[in-house]
Amino acid sequence: MSTAPSEWPLWEIFVRPKAGLDHKHCGSLHAPDARMAVQLAREVYTRRQEGTSVWVVKSSDITASDPGDKDMLFDPMEDKVYRHPTFYELPDSVNHM
Amino acid sequence: MTAVATSIRVRATPPVQYVLRIADTCLIHAQRLAEWCGHGPVLEEDIALTNMALDLVGQARALLTHAGRLEGQGFDEDQLAFLRDERQVFNLTLVEQPMRRSSAHAPGGDFADTVLRNFLLSTWLNGLWTRLMASSDADLAAIAGKAVKESRYHRQHAGDWVVRLGDGTEESAARLRAALERAWPYTHEMFKRDAVDTAAEAAGLGPARDALHADWQREVAAVFGDAGLDLPADTPFMSTGTLGRHSEHMGFILAEMQSLQRQHPGGHW
Repeated sequence: MSTAPSEWPLWEIFVRPKAGLDHKHCGSLHAPDARMAVQLAREVYTRRQEGTSVWVVKSSDITASDPGDKDMLFDPMEDKVYRHPTFYELPDSVNHM
Repeated sequence: MTAVATSIRVRATPPVQYVLRIADTCLIHAQRLAEWCGHGPVLEEDIALTNMALDLVGQARALLTHAGRLEGQGFDEDQLAFLRDERQVFNLTLVEQPMRRSSAHAPGGDFADTVLRNFLLSTWLNGLWTRLMASSDADLAAIAGKAVKESRYHRQHAGDWVVRLGDGTEESAARLRAALERAWPYTHEMFKRDAVDTAAEAAGLGPARDALHADWQREVAAVFGDAGLDLPADTPFMSTGTLGRHSEHMGFILAEMQSLQRQHPGGHW
């Protein structure tokens, strides 16, 4: 896919809502370079105190799984319940697992 | 029948006028930036310009409320914003100049005018807020402490645009240079010391305008260097908005801002 040279590249925006939490993907925007993408992400996605940190990644730098491979990649996990850690009895003193 | 609000008349003592100068500069600059709402060159920058306008409105509101307390007749922020006549409004003349829309007497209306003016002003305001944090007036110092974070961002964002346009294409560089020629004569007023400044300085209220010049020039020159722009020579022209004597554009912008409150006094939604 090609874009017209006059068009700004697309960036994917990740925002960390507060310290200790992960950056989460929240959308995308157009910007001429990474520095301006950070500023515009701040303008567009953190207007209501949603964030304490922003990551930007050029959309074209993301390698994604092929939607056509979805069955092959993800369906085999359906019947492997033993991979969930639900077969253990936890002592009461362990509160948060 | 609609009532028509009559103008208020403030007692513009030196400290009141000192605070109103800053408040009005923020307010009128916000109004000009807000003219971009829905017209930005790209969606993202449209939101950025509007966010900055809202920051400035917030600063103006805090300062107008404070000016009302200093003035002593009990005027609130809305009365001060919407019921003062032109001669009692004390913004820098630069901010009332047309920005997005050009006019016969002020060509412009270019995105470069917006970027450049926002950069010159946010650099000036940032220097002013930084010094006002040490004001003998605790309220003013608190307002400055909050505002300085906003002006720092405005300066960075506008400065990045100045470099982008100046160091961009021939077309963008030419437009930026033209915008600089239009704006530069009005910067003289930003550093003009008068009796109001001297009184504020003596009382520890805040800096005199000429004290802001050296830092401002250094910071502007650094960004201009990256943008391939030369700092223009000073011009003799001296605008007088801070004295309440404005350019021909002021009446129009005040009419746009004030007509609703004047026809529906105290109206709110």
